[in-house]
Amino acid sequence: MHIPDGYLGPQTYVPLYGVSIGFWAVALKKIKKELSAKQVPYLSMAAAFSFLIMMFNVPIPGGTTGHAVGGAIIAILLGPWTAVIAVSVALIIQAIVFGDGGITAIGANCFNMAIVLPFVSYWVFKLINGESRNGARMYSAAFLSGYIGLVVAATLTGIEFGIQPMIATAADGTPLYAPYPLAIAVPAMAVEHLILFGLVEGMVTALLVKSFVKNDAETVFALREA
Amino acid sequence: MTKFQKKLWIGIGIMALISPIGLILPEKFKAGDAWGEWGTDNIKEMLGYVPKGLERLSSLWSAPLPDYGFGGENAAPAAQYGAYIVSGILGIALVWLAVLLVKKTVLKQRENGQ
Repeated sequence: MHIPDGYLGPQTYVPLYGVSIGFWAVALKKIKKELSAKQVPYLSMAAAFSFLIMMFNVPIPGGTTGHAVGGAIIAILLGPWTAVIAVSVALIIQAIVFGDGGITAIGANCFNMAIVLPFVSYWVFKLINGESRNGARMYSAAFLSGYIGLVVAATLTGIEFGIQPMIATAADGTPLYAPYPLAIAVPAMAVEHLILFGLVEGMVTALLVKSFVKNDAETVFALREA
Repeated sequence: MTKFQKKLWIGIGIMALISPIGLILPEKFKAGDAWGEWGTDNIKEMLGYVPKGLERLSSLWSAPLPDYGFGGENAAPAAQYGAYIVSGILGIALVWLAVLLVKKTVLKQRENGQ
């Protein structure tokens, strides 16, 4: 889901940089005001975890590869605004040092994976979990939080790819940037995450929620009193 | 650091050490690039041309360790796996430093009561 340089034109990547910068500014303010002392040690851990889990490419046999992001579990544990910073840090280093995701696409990639994903995942978890503190309901909420969050982020990425041919074409009519239209890009991105990669994000989320509830329940942001 | 946090950091270290699974599995199951992350050579094969804007922007940045490796796609598998592990460890160090910077600037101000 790391959009490389060249797939998005400036009409797309410039506004998405703007949106991401806005979210970063708010997120840093929120961290300053609200991140609890208990959560501070988990911030670097969360960023490292997100960085590494994205290296675990999962194959669709004979097809493409994809990966989990870790954004859902980070949003549940530390809150969605802290997840914005943790996942963005991982994505920015991946782009600059390892060429995974483009420099021009940092805003877009952070918007998809570090902003939309954690917020959707957090809302899904809160909505399904209600007030439960353990048991099947909480684990289902955690699984669906990761699953739906990643699928929504992938679909959004597909939309960003798919609108490129409508926005910019060369003089000879060929697309200037990502070449496939919405009708191809959106199903391609959505389906592979629906059938496989989303399941991985869901399972990782459920397993880690279980581990945290057992070992350090007080830290879990999404389980605190509203 | 609590015992649980120590365990989690060890888990993260183990993730880096076993990260080559992320290279081996796709190879075993003959899976290619992620959708929409093809190099310009592959795009040329798929479309018969490379979109002009894409071609221009794609060479904008040369990452020091592209694709978490430093030997290129033709390096021996063992070298690729080794480079992947080193990249994972380097990644941990770099995000740790970046987060430290965030903590120093953002949380420091909080301690000073600003």
